[in-house]
Amino acid sequence: MSAASYDVVIIGAGIVGAACAHECAAQGMRVAVVDREMVGGGTTAAGMGHIVVMDDSEAQFALTRYSQELWQRLLRDLSPDVEYEQCGTIWVAADAQESEEVRRKETYYRSRGVPVEVLDPQALEQCEPNLRKGMAGALFVPEDAVLYPPCAARFLMDRAQASGAKLHLGMTVTGIGKGQVRTTAIEFSAGTTVNAAGTSAPMLTPGLEIRPRKGHLLITDRYPGFLRHQLVELGYLKSAHSLTSDSVAFNVQPRVTGQILIGSSRQYGAEHGEVETGILVRMLRRAEEYMPGLARMSTIRSWTGFRAATPDKLPLIGPWPEDNTIFLATGHEGLGITTSLGTARLLIDHLTGRTPEIPIAPYLPSRTVAEHVHA
Amino acid sequence: MRKPITVKVNGKPIVVPFGSTVAVAVMMAESACRNSVTGERRGPLCGMGVCFECRLTIGDDSYCRSCQILCQPEMEVRTDG
Amino acid sequence: MGKEMRKHFDVLTIGGGPAGLAASVRAAECGLRVGIVDDNPSLGGQIWRGEVEDCTSEAASLLGRLTALGVEILCGTRVFDVAPGVIWAEASDAPCELGYKNLVIATGARERFLPFPGWTLPNVMGAGGLQALVKSGLPIAGKRVVVAGSGPLLLAVAAYLRKHGAELPILCEQASWSRLAQFGLALLSQPQKIAQGLSLKGELAGVPFAANSWPIAAKGQDVLQQVVISRNARLETLACDYLACGFHLVPNVELAALIGCRLRNGHVETDEFQQTSVPDVYCAGEPTGIGGLELSRVEGEIAGFTAGGNRDAASKLFATRRRFRKFAGALDRTFRLRPELRSLPLAETIVCRCEDVTYARLRQQRSWRAAKLQTRCGMGPCQGRVCGPATQFLFGWISDSVRPPIFPTRLSSLAAMSCDRQSEHSEVTGGD
Repeated sequence: MSAASYDVVIIGAGIVGAACAHECAAQGMRVAVVDREMVGGGTTAAGMGHIVVMDDSEAQFALTRYSQELWQRLLRDLSPDVEYEQCGTIWVAADAQESEEVRRKETYYRSRGVPVEVLDPQALEQCEPNLRKGMAGALFVPEDAVLYPPCAARFLMDRAQASGAKLHLGMTVTGIGKGQVRTTAIEFSAGTTVNAAGTSAPMLTPGLEIRPRKGHLLITDRYPGFLRHQLVELGYLKSAHSLTSDSVAFNVQPRVTGQILIGSSRQYGAEHGEVETGILVRMLRRAEEYMPGLARMSTIRSWTGFRAATPDKLPLIGPWPEDNTIFLATGHEGLGITTSLGTARLLIDHLTGRTPEIPIAPYLPSRTVAEHVHA
Repeated sequence: MRKPITVKVNGKPIVVPFGSTVAVAVMMAESACRNSVTGERRGPLCGMGVCFECRLTIGDDSYCRSCQILCQPEMEVRTDG
Repeated sequence: MGKEMRKHFDVLTIGGGPAGLAASVRAAECGLRVGIVDDNPSLGGQIWRGEVEDCTSEAASLLGRLTALGVEILCGTRVFDVAPGVIWAEASDAPCELGYKNLVIATGARERFLPFPGWTLPNVMGAGGLQALVKSGLPIAGKRVVVAGSGPLLLAVAAYLRKHGAELPILCEQASWSRLAQFGLALLSQPQKIAQGLSLKGELAGVPFAANSWPIAAKGQDVLQQVVISRNARLETLACDYLACGFHLVPNVELAALIGCRLRNGHVETDEFQQTSVPDVYCAGEPTGIGGLELSRVEGEIAGFTAGGNRDAASKLFATRRRFRKFAGALDRTFRLRPELRSLPLAETIVCRCEDVTYARLRQQRSWRAAKLQTRCGMGPCQGRVCGPATQFLFGWISDSVRPPIFPTRLSSLAAMSCDRQSEHSEVTGGD
């Protein structure tokens, strides 16, 4: 067992780990990344790749908006296989109550400088002719985007490696602490160890309140032009808020290939990654309700993934109070793709002593974690 | 009645023996079945419905595996997808 | 949900080839309610495609028995998902829910395709592929066909094409002469095979047969015009209309894997009564190991009898099965693929045909899963049925878990599955 010494050792080569590696290596730090399998092969590979500003809380908004701006700065450099597409999000209101939500969101985003447009039913129909008729309206957020996560993670990691970062795949980390990273192969000495291990983070840092939240997805064959924007029902927020029950929501995304990616679902307590017919069927029926044209489409694959969820729905970004050689970068739930870049910035700010561009207190692991339930 | 069947392949009438599949009608029309994602013309490969190279549009239905579908009179087959 | 069809069977057979037909007949003879499902427009599977029409054939005779026994026939029907005691399938774009007490998996095999430059040209097909198309009405008389690849299927296809008037300039078998000679010796224990062999010999008289020979490239402008083959370490170019090329067979184990049957070396593990590791689920024919027609049929009979409750009759067939299994072993040894075939693809040769992923891009990947995620190889409608065996041979990659739908299916058919059945889908187990 030989020891290798780095300024930063990052556990996890998912989108968050890759973004952290990219940022740290670009700043001239000696970086190593360790993953038991591949780059972007865990939760990152399962997700929808939606880059979205969210307004559940000020803290969530700040991190998502900041990160979205960082993605926009990066987009000219992104390789074509990352498939970044600024298609925007349309939050769909099916009834009067959800229309209230449209207005609330509009006010919220506009006052914070996020361009938005309210769509009445006619405008919505023009934007998305394949949505069923009779919707109450929608909110269009044009700066939201989609990308293909496994290639985005690989892009960031390639850049990190080009700046000197070392990537160790097929190596399982058995323990971290006090500047040491022990693996099944070699041992590392790290000035800072970044725990970006997602749902496996609690195995390395016992006491982390992270629970896996299972999601199902399905993808169709190619139907270019059927869908133009990421569509999410405003009922989605009810689903994301519930911390205990299984839920599905209408959430569809156009891929550059013309395939339609269909989600979404959330479950706690699921033990295994197998596709569950009951959940899949509920999710598909919901999708059919909103877009009847999906019914005739040929579907090719289904899969599941586990989001790393925290009790207060905010990620854990910052030093671990019990061992300040460990920096946590985990618990991103369904916003890992979006907030990966912001997370990486908060990490490098911490390492270099720079003032972060957004307040960090809400994400610090040292915060008191209390359950919130939003109405 | 086991008479030959006439189908239209890209608008052109093609006469095939009774019991022929749509893939055969397309081949007799000297057409390929589809364009690949990089624009290559493709025809049937496996002949048994697993490779999906023979997929094309019949009437309003896209992605039909033509090697598994028997020709019916008046079928409208398109291979420009 | 109104369009959905619901049926229930004592024994449900998936696959209408020799194994499936035999199993269904035997189970029905035991007095049970039997259903048989097949994706193709008619029964017979691949080897007996079209033969149910020929009243002198064994296929027709089995079909006759099937019908007389009241077995329900569901053709044009594709299985896409399962749950304990239930098969979900799609027929004419409408879903059906098929309940069963016993399931016989007789899903057969498909050809193995290996990539080489030009293999995506129209009129380059599988050997069984071209034969299937000719059986489906494709005119072949007077056409020049190069037959290449590996396996006894090549001989059967060549003979068939010849009988229908095709001109065969050559048959290229990649196995060596010594392997083939050993195979010939192994056949001495299989009288039926010898008879078949002799009859094939007659049908193939005049067709040059080259061992140690394989395709190097297919060439043509928009369509196949010529094939370059390697023969005795020299290259030859042959003008032709079709290239019928397949490298032996790969078992269709996706359904068995989805149900959770234990696999070994890519085949379904069965006991002497053809039972899998999952209770009340049997497997017969090629998915248990590529072994040819006679073995498939007897395995089907054993499964059918056992599912029908007649273990006595089943066990009386064990000796016959043992004899045919020897042929399976010989097949395996003889037609093993030679390493030179790994060098056939060039950097720009497409390996995944659904997503047009080239050899150069795949070579950079470390595993099947990495390749899938980074390049989309295996993410198209064939669900890896073509590129999976190819990349397994080229790179040693093993495919990852099987998930529903195991066949591209209309979303409405998936959505029609009844929610009261919670299905658990297992991952591929076994294999070395």
